[in-house]
Amino acid sequence: MNREEQVLERIERARRARPRVREELVTLAHGAGGKATRTLIEAVFLESFRNPLLEPLADGAVTGGTAFTTDSYVVTPLFFPGGDIGDLAVNGTVNDLAMCGARPEHLSAAFILEEGFPIEHLRRIAATMAEAARAAGVAIVTGDTKVVQRGKADGCYITTAGVGTVDPAVRLSASAAEPGDAIIVSGPIGEHGVTVMLARGELDIEADLVSDTAPLNGLTARLLDACPEGRVRCLRDATRGGVATVLNEIAQASEVAVVLDEDAVPVRPAVRGACELLGIDPLYVACEGRMIAVVDGRSADAALAALRSHPLGEDAAVIGRIAEDPPGLVLLKTGFGGTRIVDVLVGDPLPRIC
Amino acid sequence: MRFVDEYRDAGKARALAARIAALCEPGRSYKFMEVCGGHTHTIYKHGLEDYLPGQITLVHGPGCPVCVIPMGRVDDAIHIAEQPGVIMTSFGDMMRVPGGNGSFLDAKARGADIRMVYSPLDALKIARDNPDKRVVFLAIGFETTAPSTAMTVLRAAAERIGNFSVFCNHVTIIPAIKAILDSPDLRLDGFIGPGHVSTVIGCRPYGFIARDYGKPLVVAGFEPLDVLQSVYQNLVQLAEGRAEVENQYGRVVPWDGNAKALAVINEVMELRPHFEWRGLGFISESALCVREPYAEFDAERIFRIPGGRVADPKACQCGEVLKGVLKPWECKVFGTACTPETPIGTCMVSSEGACAAYYNFGRFSRDRVKEATRS
Repeated sequence: MNREEQVLERIERARRARPRVREELVTLAHGAGGKATRTLIEAVFLESFRNPLLEPLADGAVTGGTAFTTDSYVVTPLFFPGGDIGDLAVNGTVNDLAMCGARPEHLSAAFILEEGFPIEHLRRIAATMAEAARAAGVAIVTGDTKVVQRGKADGCYITTAGVGTVDPAVRLSASAAEPGDAIIVSGPIGEHGVTVMLARGELDIEADLVSDTAPLNGLTARLLDACPEGRVRCLRDATRGGVATVLNEIAQASEVAVVLDEDAVPVRPAVRGACELLGIDPLYVACEGRMIAVVDGRSADAALAALRSHPLGEDAAVIGRIAEDPPGLVLLKTGFGGTRIVDVLVGDPLPRIC
Repeated sequence: MRFVDEYRDAGKARALAARIAALCEPGRSYKFMEVCGGHTHTIYKHGLEDYLPGQITLVHGPGCPVCVIPMGRVDDAIHIAEQPGVIMTSFGDMMRVPGGNGSFLDAKARGADIRMVYSPLDALKIARDNPDKRVVFLAIGFETTAPSTAMTVLRAAAERIGNFSVFCNHVTIIPAIKAILDSPDLRLDGFIGPGHVSTVIGCRPYGFIARDYGKPLVVAGFEPLDVLQSVYQNLVQLAEGRAEVENQYGRVVPWDGNAKALAVINEVMELRPHFEWRGLGFISESALCVREPYAEFDAERIFRIPGGRVADPKACQCGEVLKGVLKPWECKVFGTACTPETPIGTCMVSSEGACAAYYNFGRFSRDRVKEATRS
């Protein structure tokens, strides 16, 4: 082993060490879905709540044929092209259940409202939620409402939780990927994140883009039906942190390498253009209606055909494969013909200055 | 995508790589420094080193504006941000840069109002919208970003926006290159010249590098084919025994630079007698400050600034990395004590920093990757 390789080994050992939170206060990086979030969750929450159902830190917990999940929504602005916070609150929780292989059934919704928030906006959000629930085939069956003083919240925050039923034959896990598996994305990536970034109006960039927010349970049901038992290893929706973060979690949990082909990753020109201008990699941009499926290589064609037969999966594509070595890393064959690592970001992707 | 894909063509890259390999003399090794952090980012993002023969080493230079800010200046900026009624604004890259007492992100968590902006004009808008606050723009960068800071000061003056000021940390590229050329521990064969800076200063200021130091310099664009071509042009010069300044980035960089931008900088700013660079120490006439007639927009005159010097942590070898003496992974703390999550040195913060680029994009054994990506 040469000196460079020794250094690399030393670094990988350091990366596997138990995470510690060094900050004394919560910073925005802790909420960005990258390494800082992961560290906070593992060092504070997992440390306190530790149990076998929580430990995999999956999108939801599955026990006795029931899947259970929860998620909070704090998006700014509340309304954006292609949807609003209500769509996200329903679809996000529906999708977390779908990623467990579950059939989502019942949702709860809890609202934290700021004094002075227009009732008209709340009506709009509730109407969107009702429509999204109808589209996903779920019912919102319980909830809670709290109002806080002006300035103590940003308009409206929503927390939803959901339950669904899981076929006992379906066992999906981020640690189930095996060398030879195919990696499939269900559609073009990054549209939600870029849409919301532009909707904030800070960038003076206009683009013909709408959020990709959508319920994925129809798509997952079709995929699971099309593949023989056990051939679908893992499903993950590529929300905060994007496709790159999800794939890193899979690579680490399964102790395999993920090898991506940049040219195969579907990205719409408007998203690519905005990302080029901002110096952001679309692989890290959030989606709210796209998922990554890791499927046994022998079933890749069947899986792809099943996804493409659904309106939300028309542009599904195989974007890479699982390899044995080097474990825990995501590698990218760049469009230019080189190779590089795709790592987890520390915090939010920050625009470069020049 | 037009104007992007043309410069990322793998077929053209292969052809160019073959010509590069043919130009390398057997048994000779070559070291070229890419001065600009933008090039470092390009090299790693696209995996460009896969196209270069083992004889060629690309050495990462001092041209990452975030990386050269000394810790004391970060502390000064945080001090200003924590004054009552202040809104501090800066580019996103600065948010995580550690000072002696944490970063902007930490100061923000403690309650300081620190906002990320995309342009100094955004900071001016915040000043316009918050007349009861004092809005400060933390200005960083080489001659690339200095004109936009200067323009913003001129606009603030024209609109009489009295609650806006600039904490000026602009630096100039030529003294930094000279410091590197004079450093005894480094042997370079040529330079990949900074493209963005050159759109402002042009190609003439590099003349001394060819004339006095006998090194070729090729000003290059930021797409991977641009960088590869500038390596090729460097090799051609060496093979022909020439040392000249060449402009590979002619589609953007005028030979004489941008006279208007230079005039705006000169109107608002002047050279400081000396300025501290992270890792490189004090370099005379290497940075800009606000001129006297614009004193009311100069945060250094408005606020009482501690101006303390903070020594770099002992373990940190940013200086050697910035000078290209050490490869990022050769630093003692690289990847273990110093990571993008917990950076000790600035090179680990910005995506243009050599260490962060290497850690995020290139931290692997090339042989194992070749094996893994073989399909």
